[in-house]
Amino acid sequence: MFETIILILDATLRVSTPLILAALAGLFSERSGIVDIGLEGKMLAGAFAAAAAAAVFGSAWIGLMFAILASVALALVHGFACITHRGDHIVSGVAINTIVAGLTVTLGLDWFDLGGQTPALSGDGRFTSITLPFADALADVPVMGLIYSELISGHNILVYLAFAFVPATYWVVYKTRFGLRLRAVGENPHAVDTAGISVAFVRYRAVIICGILCGLAGAYLSTAHNAGFLKDMSAGKGYMALAALIFGKWRPVPVLLACLLFGFLDAVAVRMQGVALPGIGEIPVQAIEVLPYVLTVLLLAGFIGKAVGPKAIGKPYVKERA
Amino acid sequence: MSQAKVPVWVNVGLIPLINILLAFVVSALVILAIGENPIEAAGYLVYGAFGYDEGIGYTLYYATNLIFTGLAVSVAFKAGLFNIGGEGQAYIGGLGVGLLCLWLDASMPFWVIAPLAILGAFIFGAAWAYIPAYLQAKRGSHIVITTIMFNFIASSLMVYLMVNWLKEEGRMSPASRIFEENAWMPYLYELFEPFGIDIGDSPLNLTFLLALVCCVLVWGLIWHTRWGYQLRTVGTNATAAEYAGIDNSKVTIWVMLISGGLAGFVGVNEIMGVNHHLLLNFTAGYGFAGIAVALMGRNHPIGIVLAAILFGALYQGGAELAFEMPSITPEIVVVIQGLVILFSGALENMLKGKIEALFTRPVTA
Repeated sequence: MFETIILILDATLRVSTPLILAALAGLFSERSGIVDIGLEGKMLAGAFAAAAAAAVFGSAWIGLMFAILASVALALVHGFACITHRGDHIVSGVAINTIVAGLTVTLGLDWFDLGGQTPALSGDGRFTSITLPFADALADVPVMGLIYSELISGHNILVYLAFAFVPATYWVVYKTRFGLRLRAVGENPHAVDTAGISVAFVRYRAVIICGILCGLAGAYLSTAHNAGFLKDMSAGKGYMALAALIFGKWRPVPVLLACLLFGFLDAVAVRMQGVALPGIGEIPVQAIEVLPYVLTVLLLAGFIGKAVGPKAIGKPYVKERA
Repeated sequence: MSQAKVPVWVNVGLIPLINILLAFVVSALVILAIGENPIEAAGYLVYGAFGYDEGIGYTLYYATNLIFTGLAVSVAFKAGLFNIGGEGQAYIGGLGVGLLCLWLDASMPFWVIAPLAILGAFIFGAAWAYIPAYLQAKRGSHIVITTIMFNFIASSLMVYLMVNWLKEEGRMSPASRIFEENAWMPYLYELFEPFGIDIGDSPLNLTFLLALVCCVLVWGLIWHTRWGYQLRTVGTNATAAEYAGIDNSKVTIWVMLISGGLAGFVGVNEIMGVNHHLLLNFTAGYGFAGIAVALMGRNHPIGIVLAAILFGALYQGGAELAFEMPSITPEIVVVIQGLVILFSGALENMLKGKIEALFTRPVTA
């Protein structure tokens, strides 16, 4: 029983990682007032770029670099549309998601001729799991040994990075000058402008950070969690990250908890397939899978707590003219 | 710079046309990057879509779905709402059609089943849009997020129902039994046959006429009824509407009911018209494509029909293109669709000011 729980938690960490990265990406963007439903597309583009570059150059790190480049490029398109040309944020996000869904398969087929997939990665082409010091030696220690060697040790670098980004994000958003400005442009851009700070520049930096993190999330999918790119492999994770962002009320630590909760539900759903619970019977997998979305809807509707986003979110900033 | 001085044809015709042209230019660059000739590709596309009877039939069959989802998106747009949940509403609409057909096909004739199924599609689609609408109107939750969530919820619900309840015994894939033929929407080629007219075998069916009727009804509703006036007022200026005594939340709810119902009609075309049984994933992205259609069609029924035919042609021509040029996948159409959304939606302001300035007559103040 204990071992099963550890295994489920272990899987939870793995499934949560891309959600955490993408949700933090969304946090930067949305805190600055730019709605981002293009997390999904940026993540998918990152996954494709990472797998393609890793296959060509044989290095997961080069893949990661390309993932970040691709994702930041898309983030800049989003910024160009929403910040510079005051376009609709949602429409721009939908455009990016649609373009990427088509373009990854189109380019994939042309470059690799594998029906839209990229070649299977092995060796240095993937991020492999890292065994933390003494993990094997301590494996036999009761309780703690298993927790350390199974749950904490043995993940790839991106998992640890994702978790490290949570306090880092907290620090940037709440403890730095940039963070203060970031939150301010999301709440009251006019005030920021009055203080002589460029609203557009702050927002552009926010979407670039968002692009970097989505790139990491994408690279995780194709070069760490899987060994190559598959069509539509982000499979709604970007939207789920968006749900986690709302569920965590746009704050780093609650967002992390939301991602872990959603990841946990996913891990449990896989385990519960065909298992009958005593007294309840078999719970349909779909009922567990659908919980993150239902919970987010309930939260947004104010039935469990209240989610209030940044005040100026989704509104283009127009400088007043004399 | 006064808006009123810009000639109407610039705003309604020229600017949208330039934006779409930009989208096509970028698409051509993508095709060029793959190492194919974009002009040759366009040739195959046009031939595949319009070059022979069967091709035209397929084009109009795809357009049928796109008219429904395009109308659904634009009705909501007109009221200032972004219904991104067309995909889920279409899915549940199809469920309504399927359940009715499974229930009545053995006992009722076609002329009883068809109107009931159409009604069922509307009611199921509308019901799926009702919850997000209610939550937006009464609880203040954002309709975009809620409708996205409802797409996923619809998808899980359908998998659950298909796998556990509706799957036919002995079938490998989760799909229901095939309906009796009296629950099939007649194909147009069958209707033309008795008159000796051959229009080629294609999935184009009577639902196409329903789509055209919907266009007329939506046009009438938006521009020629008191309701439509309220809807447009709320969409233009919600605060002014409130002061004028229009109940914003009531408008939100009924607009979304109509929007969801229209999206639900995709189910009539797909389930009754073509597949003749319930199955998974028959919505195939039509809900999202509706956004591109609405943007391109400038939220006007005539524009939507034209845009839907254009996208239908891309779907059908894309299949032909992939056949003739094996290095191109039909997914290229999805890229074009995305670029249209980008240029005629998100970047619509990019060239607007500059073009308008060209046509603005200098006014002496």
